[in-house]
Parts: sequence; C-alpha cells; structure tokens
Amino acid sequence: MTAAVTNPRETTRSLLYLNGVTVSFDGFQALSNLSLDIAHGEMRAIIGPNGAGKTTMMDVVTGKTRPDAGEVLFDNGSVDLTTKDEAAIAELGIGRKFQKPTVFDNHTVEDNVLLALKGDRRVRRNLFWRPNGDAERIGEILETIGLERHRQRLAGALSHGQKQWLEVGMLIAQDPKLLLVDEPVAGMTDAETMTTAELLKDIAKGHTVIVVEHDMEFVRMLGVKVTVLHEGSVLAEGSIDEVSANERVVEVYLGR
Amino acid sequence: MITRRLLEAPDGRGWIFLGILAAAAVAVPCLNVFVPPSSPFHVSTTTVALWGKYLCFALLALSLDLVWGYCGILSLGHGAFFALGGYAMGMYLMRQIGTRGGYAHPMLPDFMMFLNWKELPWYWYGFNHFPYAAFMIVAVPGVLAFVFGWFAFRSRVTGVYLSIITQALTFALMLGFFRNDFGFGGNNGLTDFYDLLGFSVRAPETRAVLFALSAVALGLGYLIAQAVVRSKAGKVLMAVRDEESRTRFLGYRVEHYKTFVFTLSACMAGVAGALYVPQVGIINPSEFAPANSIEVVIWVAVGGRGTLIGAALGAVIVNYLKTIFTIGLLAPYWLFVLGAIFVLVTIFLPRGVFGLLPKRAPRSDPNGAQAPRAATAAQPAE
Repeated sequence: MTAAVTNPRETTRSLLYLNGVTVSFDGFQALSNLSLDIAHGEMRAIIGPNGAGKTTMMDVVTGKTRPDAGEVLFDNGSVDLTTKDEAAIAELGIGRKFQKPTVFDNHTVEDNVLLALKGDRRVRRNLFWRPNGDAERIGEILETIGLERHRQRLAGALSHGQKQWLEVGMLIAQDPKLLLVDEPVAGMTDAETMTTAELLKDIAKGHTVIVVEHDMEFVRMLGVKVTVLHEGSVLAEGSIDEVSANERVVEVYLGR
Repeated sequence: MITRRLLEAPDGRGWIFLGILAAAAVAVPCLNVFVPPSSPFHVSTTTVALWGKYLCFALLALSLDLVWGYCGILSLGHGAFFALGGYAMGMYLMRQIGTRGGYAHPMLPDFMMFLNWKELPWYWYGFNHFPYAAFMIVAVPGVLAFVFGWFAFRSRVTGVYLSIITQALTFALMLGFFRNDFGFGGNNGLTDFYDLLGFSVRAPETRAVLFALSAVALGLGYLIAQAVVRSKAGKVLMAVRDEESRTRFLGYRVEHYKTFVFTLSACMAGVAGALYVPQVGIINPSEFAPANSIEVVIWVAVGGRGTLIGAALGAVIVNYLKTIFTIGLLAPYWLFVLGAIFVLVTIFLPRGVFGLLPKRAPRSDPNGAQAPRAATAAQPAE
C-alpha cells in the first residue's frame, strides 16, 4: 500500500499527511491502512467508537508509537515524523492535550503555563533563565482560558474542568502549528462544554487543530469537517450532518 | 553572574541554615584549638572529627535529595560516587606517605610492595599532585554518573528498574575494589595516611580545618542545589518527577535534564567522600556496600524529601543516633532502631522532620517566580 505513493514529498501540500499507517499491538490492529490529510489552518474533528484507533493515531503523530507501516509527514511533507521522538516532534510544533488532564500538580497554574511557553528547551538555557515579558504573556493566556484568578494556585487544587482548560492554555503557550486535542470535554458539565467549544473555535482561528471526541453534540457545536474512524481506518468523512446520515456510521455507533 | 544566581537562591530558612553552618565552621574549630581542654567550652578533637563526618554525610544526603526529591530518580547507588571521591582523595594521601611507609618505597604504597608490584599502575600517576587529585575527586564520579545516566535515561529506564541498576552499579564496584589486582588496596583499602597538603592529617588543627571545610562544602553544595531547583530548569526537573511523559510532549529532552542533575549530584557526593576520608583516616570497599546507599535514602526520608535542608538535617540526626546506639549494650539493636525510625517517619511524618516546621505562605518574587514549597514536594517514593 505504501508503495503506491512513490514520492509523497512532492504530492502533499498538507500540514499533516498520513498514508497507509498501520499499527498493531500483539496481533491487534489498532490502525489499519489509515490515511488522513489535514490542510493548513483547518480544524478537524475525529470521532469514532471506543477502540477505533483515535488515541493510537495521536500517539503515532506525536512519536509515542512507531507505526509498523505507512507514512506520517508534516509540513508539506518536509518532515517524516516516524523518525523523530516526542521532544523533537514537540519542537517541530505539534502540541498535544491528553484525554486525562495532565498538568503539573505541584506547580502553580502560572508555572504550568511558563513551562509550556514557547522557548529554548535546553538545560543550560533554563538554568540561567531570566523572566522577560513572560509574566505578561502568561497573563494573556490565563485570561483566554479564564484562570487568571487562579494564577498562584497549585494546579493540583483545580477542578477537573479547570485542569482541562489549563491544559488547553498550555497548548496555546506552546504556540504549535498543529494542536492535537484528545477528548477535551470528557467529564465536563454542559456549561463547561459550551465554553470549551468557544475556546477551541477561538484557537482554531490561528492554528490547525485536530479534536478527537466522543460527544456528537460537542462536535456539532464546533461545526467543522468530521472524520469517522472505525477499526483503525477511515469510515466516512464530511460535515456532521452528512456523516450522521451515513448508514455505516449509524450502524457502527448504534451497534449491529 | 553565577555568584549572584547562587546568592539569590536561598529563602529565609536557607539563610538560617547557612548562618548555622558558618557559625559552626568558625566556632567549633576555635573552641577546639584555642580553648584549653580544661575549659568547659572546649570541644574535643573526637567530637570535631565526628561532627565533621556528619557534615560529609549531610552533603551526601543533600546530593541524593537533589536527584530523588526534585527529579524522582531514586538512586540506590549514591554511596558509589561518595566512595569514588573518597578513593581519589585516598590515592593522593597514599602518595604523600612516600618513604615513611613500612617498605619505605618512595613511589609505591605499602600494599603494592606487599603484592610484589614493581611499578606504579598508570592510573595512580598524577595523584601525588593535589590539584590533579582534586580534579579527579569531582571528575571520576561525574564521568561515571554521566555515562551511566546517559545510557540509563536515554533508554528510559525509570522507577524501580533504575533503582535496581544503581544498586548493581555500586555492588559491581564493591566487588572490583575488593580485588587486590584492581590496584586500590583490596580488602584493606587505603589507610595510614600522613599528610594532606603538608599538614599532618592526625593533628587537631588539621581536623579542625577539615571540619570547617566540610561545613563550607555543605553550604556551597546547598547554594548550588538550591540555585538549580529555583531556576526554570528546576521547575522542569520537578515536572519530570511528576509527569515525565507530559514534560516530553512539551518538547523537553527529559534524558538531558536527568543526566545533568544526576551528574551534578554525583560530583557533590564525590566531594563529600573526599572530605570524609582524611577525617576518618581510611577508605575501603565496604563504602560501596549496597546497604550504605540505602541508608542514605533513609537519611533523606527522615529529614524530609525534596527540601535539601531537611535531607542534610536527616543525615545528621540519623548518624547522631547511630553514634549513640552503636556504643555499648544497644549496639546489636541499631539496625532495628534504624528500621523503626524509617517506618515511624514514613507513617507519621511523611514530610520528614523538616515537615514539622510550620508551613509558610508561598513567597512570591516580583518576577512571579515562587519559592519551592517543601511541603508539596515531599511525596512517597515511587
């Protein structure tokens, strides 16, 4: 399958291009021949039932999992992500928000954003680091995610929803070219979900965003192109209305 | 710039700690040397040597706390770096003996004569010069920690697996150093020292100065460690401790940070070992014993993990108790006492003795950076 595309570096103008990606764990095919094409500046929602390969797809893009076969190309095909590790991929400009909110509990909200803030990641630079204008930038980000009043609190003391937002704030701080957001509204109240949808739409104005979600209502709120994954490959693609009218999708979601 | 960095790192408690160390560094040697033994204020040479030893252990504990308390690397082999620094100092002291040894050979230490060696092994060259020995005291533990750390951390060995291989490291070194043909005095190690920089290591004045130097080394070690943990790199280290993979996804090369802090810590442990050897007059392979390294972990846990000062305090407390308990009738029970202390502290004082001090409100500087909060950093071992 991979042999079909002879020179993808010349064929793709996309920010992220996955072709024929296959991953298996102990015989279980988490991804099978998955292809995906995300344009610059696009916001894409990826949905699918449990075990459809959504999280594995993110693991492959961020370097946590190496695919058994297939290509993962970034930035018009100029970078082959399968040859890079997590830190290198983050440096290239791919940020990730995890399904379970993972913030640094023992750091303040401010320090969490500071650590995420775009900048030199090397040891020596950070040993002799001096704040310059960072406090202001952190203030702006905290305002965007509505956590300004909590600036000096320990992140561990935040509520579940606030932690999710802090993690989104950390993504904004990284200022990546591509944001991968895994189930941002899991465990949120309806009001929090609405706020999060607005927040993500706002972020999508300046960034390319991939949102992985279970919640159809939330995806509808985003109003973007939807890719449905099933058993490790793409089942359908289109607007939320097209997709939810698709018989195969209904079958997969409602069970056979 | 570095001096300024170091001096702005300590918080209120840090300054109190440094003040106590400075006072001890001046007062104890003076009370030993200048106050006549008949005076009630006289401090005996035995006491000076004993407390000098505690200070070396305190520096060792501090170095372990830097990696364990702030970066979650539970090293069960820090005694190896301490012993290597000690051996480097011991080699210098051995070369200073010269013709005063039993065999009166100008070059070869007694144990080599005993083994019928004809020439000084190449790795003993240069140790007759103090600057070279001083360099090796820091370099040997540092290089070993760097190489070990580079491979272990790059392969993402963490948690209990890392702890086990650090135990293996110190155990392997112990077996090596026990061998006569390894060239470090085998079983007996290095001892019967005479001079250190021309001063007799047995003279009370030298002991007093060594005590003062140990206090200074501990203070300096604290300043360096505190500057590291207060820096942004220190925040990264704590982030690695709490959420390693998250830190990696932020673009930080976790293995670089770990290798850096592990190497720095090993250098500090080496200095502690080097100051320890002239004060106790001997270094032998039993210093590499895995149990020794585990004891260091207990000191840190008792004092308070992730507090630096607490770690130093824990080393002094536990070793003071050890001195009391290993004399006389109670001697056979010391290990039970040590075990009991560890269990009780873990259950009742999860933040260690240092955690007993009242909590302060987090101090915030103008730039928004925060004082490390001892309380939150002390978490159970991984």
